Amino acid sequence: MIAFILRRLAVAIPTLLLLIVFSFILMHMAPGGPFTAERALPPQVIANLEAQYGLNDPLWLQIWNYLYNIVVHFDFGPSFVYPDRTVNQLIAAGFPVTLTYGVLSFVSAIVLGVSLGVVAAIWHNSWVDYIAVGISIGAQVLPNFVMAPLLVLVLTLWYGLLPGGGWSFSDPSFWIMPVIALATSYMASIARITRSSMLEVLGSNHIRTARAKGMPEHRVIIRHALKPAMLPVISYLGPVFVSMITGSVVIDMYFSTGGIGKAFVDSALNRDYAVMMGVTILVGALTILFNLIVDVLYAWIDPKIRY
Amino acid sequence: MVIDEQKMKSLSAKLVQDEVRGRSPWADARKRFLNNKGAMLGLIILILVSVFALVGGQFAVWSNEELDFSVMGQVAQMGQPSFENGHYFGTDNLGRDLFARVVQGTQVSLMVGVVGAGIAVIVGTLYGATAGYVGGRTDQIMMRTVDILMSIPYMFVLILLLVMFGRSMSMLFLGIGLISWLDMSRIVRGQTLSLKNREFIEAARATGVPAWKIIIRHIVPNLLGVVAVYATLLVPLMILTESFISFLGLGVQEPLTSWGALISEGAGTMNYGTLWQLAFPLFFFVITLFGFFFVGDGLRDALDPKER
Repeated sequence: MIAFILRRLAVAIPTLLLLIVFSFILMHMAPGGPFTAERALPPQVIANLEAQYGLNDPLWLQIWNYLYNIVVHFDFGPSFVYPDRTVNQLIAAGFPVTLTYGVLSFVSAIVLGVSLGVVAAIWHNSWVDYIAVGISIGAQVLPNFVMAPLLVLVLTLWYGLLPGGGWSFSDPSFWIMPVIALATSYMASIARITRSSMLEVLGSNHIRTARAKGMPEHRVIIRHALKPAMLPVISYLGPVFVSMITGSVVIDMYFSTGGIGKAFVDSALNRDYAVMMGVTILVGALTILFNLIVDVLYAWIDPKIRY
Repeated sequence: MVIDEQKMKSLSAKLVQDEVRGRSPWADARKRFLNNKGAMLGLIILILVSVFALVGGQFAVWSNEELDFSVMGQVAQMGQPSFENGHYFGTDNLGRDLFARVVQGTQVSLMVGVVGAGIAVIVGTLYGATAGYVGGRTDQIMMRTVDILMSIPYMFVLILLLVMFGRSMSMLFLGIGLISWLDMSRIVRGQTLSLKNREFIEAARATGVPAWKIIIRHIVPNLLGVVAVYATLLVPLMILTESFISFLGLGVQEPLTSWGALISEGAGTMNYGTLWQLAFPLFFFVITLFGFFFVGDGLRDALDPKER
């Protein structure tokens, strides 16, 4: 198992380095720099600014410095637009927020999706099943950027139950709408995957054996059916994680929650390349790490996989 | 057709007389598809939405760029949908005709979806077929590359690309297409591996057909069923991606618009009571996604070899 993890890390680390180098070269190639202002600055000022940010060095040296600072000091450098703030500060300000509603959405999407799928499979072709299938088809066309306005419309504008935006760590009423908006469509996908794999497992031989020897139905489901039925769900968790991180951008924009998505969109609109790259690299690192965890989990649950 | 049609007809008539006609797998698939109510409903929806996108502009009284000064500043009271002043879907917040805007947004969104999926299909099919056919170390390296690219959060890279190289339509097409061929290449590679050792490929190789020609002429045509299914499922994903980016205000630029941008505008103004600005784009967005998902599922059921 340790060899397997090490082998995966041997792929993951070069991937991350590649992502850093790739985005750096992209940034270098981009037309217009962070100091292209509407009012043309005197050449001497531009030269000084470029010298300060090291933009006159040869490309390889810039890449090397950037990489070195990230790897050794975990320092993404200064923001290009807000000179008094570093990328680290901008990201650190938003990260706890994103993490809070992200984890909540992730967990609730899995718990609700799996329960819905299992229930639908157990009572296959009953009204429970039809409702579950209906929900999962409906939620498929309600991505986060559609759910967010609809939730605000109903829960804030019409009924005035919840605050329509903002964030507070101490007041969970601010958390509810971001979590629902982010989790709904993934909950639906997870429910659909769980349902079909559960149906397949329930028709297999070992379940028939377990039932034949008189095992109570709830134990058949929990002990024998759930674990193999979870395999397709686990392999879907990687993509869900990526999409949720991506979706957090919409949540931060629409609900003004102030997570890292906000930093990303602001920097995209300001052409603040340093922040954009910082967020992209951070998200890339998280994604790669998470995929590693999912792979290990998969290998651990599925006895057929040899690593 | 090279063959004379008359001859074909007489030949087929003769065949019918001679023996009971067998059903081809394609005919079977078509029948299954036509019997699938959800898929047919989806197809009808898609046709209607396409017709709306193509000829809707003819019925618009106002152009999509014109400001209606009579409703400007009092959009919430005067700008609601009405047949009298020609704003069938009302106006947007600046007094522009929402009907014309929705027609235009539908055109843009559908185009991004189809073109993006098209690029993804072409790149993915060629890449996957090449990797699968060549095999060996080349295959290893090519698929490892796909694995690596898959672990990158592509939406962020796409936005990075859009910001750096200007937010043009062609960049959007290219970015969306080039980033989403990965799944396609995996599926195609798997299918290619199973085709590779069949007799007709072996025959082609024995007669000295070059590898690239075998891939284009013999492998790719045999993959079309699978490719068609996944292409139908890719289009809504492309539309979702584009709408996502446009919702953030990073996609197509004014005066162009798309469903995502319109939904974003509508969502921004709904607390002034101008709900129609959200409702109309959202309606078209949702029914189109429904249509594509149903048609895609129907195609998959119809063409899936397991069903036969």
